[in-house]
Amino acid sequence: MTKKIKNLNLNFGPQHPAAHGVLRLILELDGEVVEKADPHIGLLHRGTEKLIENKTYMQAVPYFDRLDYVAPMNQEHAFALAIEKILEIDVPIRAQYIRVMFCEIGRILSHILNVTTQALDVGALTPSLWGFEERETLMTFYERASGSRLHANYFRAGGVHQDLPAGLENDIAKFCETFPKIINDLENLLTDNRIFKQRNVDIGIVSKEDALDYSFSGVMIRGSGIPWDLRKSQPYDCYDQLEFKIPVGKNGDCYDRYLCRIEEMKESVSIIKQCLAKMEKGPIKTFDGKISPPSKAEIKKSMEALIHHFKLFTEGYRVPKDEIYTAVEAPKGEFGVYLISDGSSKPYKCKIRAPGFSHLQSMDYLIKGHMLADVPAVLGSLDIVFGEVDR
Amino acid sequence: MNNLIDLEKKINSELTTKINKTSIKHNQIYVEIDKEDLVDVILFMKTTQDIKFRQLIDITVVDYPEDTRRFKIVYLFLSHEYNQRMILSYFINENEVISSITSVFPSANWMEREVFDMYGVNFKDHPDLRRILTDYGFEGHPLRKDFPLTGHTEVRYSEEKKKVVNEQVKLEQNYRNFDYDSPWEGTKYIKEVTDSNDKKN
Repeated sequence: MTKKIKNLNLNFGPQHPAAHGVLRLILELDGEVVEKADPHIGLLHRGTEKLIENKTYMQAVPYFDRLDYVAPMNQEHAFALAIEKILEIDVPIRAQYIRVMFCEIGRILSHILNVTTQALDVGALTPSLWGFEERETLMTFYERASGSRLHANYFRAGGVHQDLPAGLENDIAKFCETFPKIINDLENLLTDNRIFKQRNVDIGIVSKEDALDYSFSGVMIRGSGIPWDLRKSQPYDCYDQLEFKIPVGKNGDCYDRYLCRIEEMKESVSIIKQCLAKMEKGPIKTFDGKISPPSKAEIKKSMEALIHHFKLFTEGYRVPKDEIYTAVEAPKGEFGVYLISDGSSKPYKCKIRAPGFSHLQSMDYLIKGHMLADVPAVLGSLDIVFGEVDR
Repeated sequence: MNNLIDLEKKINSELTTKINKTSIKHNQIYVEIDKEDLVDVILFMKTTQDIKFRQLIDITVVDYPEDTRRFKIVYLFLSHEYNQRMILSYFINENEVISSITSVFPSANWMEREVFDMYGVNFKDHPDLRRILTDYGFEGHPLRKDFPLTGHTEVRYSEEKKKVVNEQVKLEQNYRNFDYDSPWEGTKYIKEVTDSNDKKN
């Protein structure tokens, strides 16, 4: 006698701790094996692109903090670079080092969060407790530079908003001395951990071909053995003057991606050290009065300066008609801004290319044939943040 | 091909009539084509030696409501092999249907869904054309220029119906869009003026 068995449809999320935000995943299960996964996204959609079209270029910057909110400044960087390329302005060298340094701090912030929560998803609690303490230290650096722990609004077209406060450089240097020990501690807990390996090795394998076909970038493509990093291949700001290595995985599974992230954190520490060593006193934003507002002292002395300050913060600077795509290597992959300006002080169109969007899209391909328990492991190693996926 | 100028020549000589215009700007190549040639051109770009635009980065639309050919469809490509970027585009009318490229690039699936959701552009042969970012049952296409910033509906939890309901947006004050445009232009001289003032004092 044969019995008909129907596949079970399971609704995973939108409120599930392992969904890393508001992901609704419709899973079709045959026993414990996943046959099909259909992610429903958009629960955190805020219409960022529409809002940016209605704001001046300077007012648009804070929206970028709210995309991938674990590494805010990396996103601002892409937007700032896009405007700078259209306006053809040079960024002072000190500003370039500050920006690169904070981007690497953002990379560490993001990778700590990802590595430790992925460990949490597969059953290890301690790494997140240790890792989050370090994130807190890094966020105080953000706060001291920009006034805000998360939503920094610090990068500007032509430089950064203000210079670093006294003592910050020393404290970041101190952090660079102590942090490698924490990475070692995390590695001691995870890298050779039997349970962690059982849950991650050979799970969610991505081949080289598929990594290209599915528009993967960042760790997702490097984990599969393609040495591609925009910081090296299409260097922006002062990355070409810094020395760092690009860790590449071999098998393209969750475990290799974890190893890549750990190695990248070590490289980031080295980049920050180099930035601190090479940084010299100097201007932190372009002198071009058309773009950067005059200093407070100048406003007190000069009538013109006051007028320009007022106009820059109401009308904003104008950007000539152009079309450009600029990408940066954000912690999660290639983060790009496709900007169309029409000569006014507001962008005509600003499409944001978020790495997480194409990564999450491949969920069905990655999880097919795996067990239900592997869903959080794969999701964790994709490094999804819903701020940028839903925009 | 590592050189953009060679690449432009090669594309023009091999595809000839299918290319309307090419240009090089900001270290990227901009290619304009016709709607009908999309799949052919993309296949050529993906597979041809020396070109190999192997990865689709994004698909998007630019809305020009005043023009007769209202939407500009934009495809962004990346070649890892030769480290080049290409921006491919063509114009369509409001109600035209365009072909899907999911058979060439599987990652186009969600990108085309997003375009459909945000601009209402329809795709032929798309495996699963649903809304993606907006709410279930949403009406309208938010990124069109004629869609108001505040939207048409807002949601709230209704105590009587015991569920979330959609209602017409009620605003105490409309969104105010001030017109700041003026002939004003910033100057570069402020610093010089204040510096010379400092010297005088």
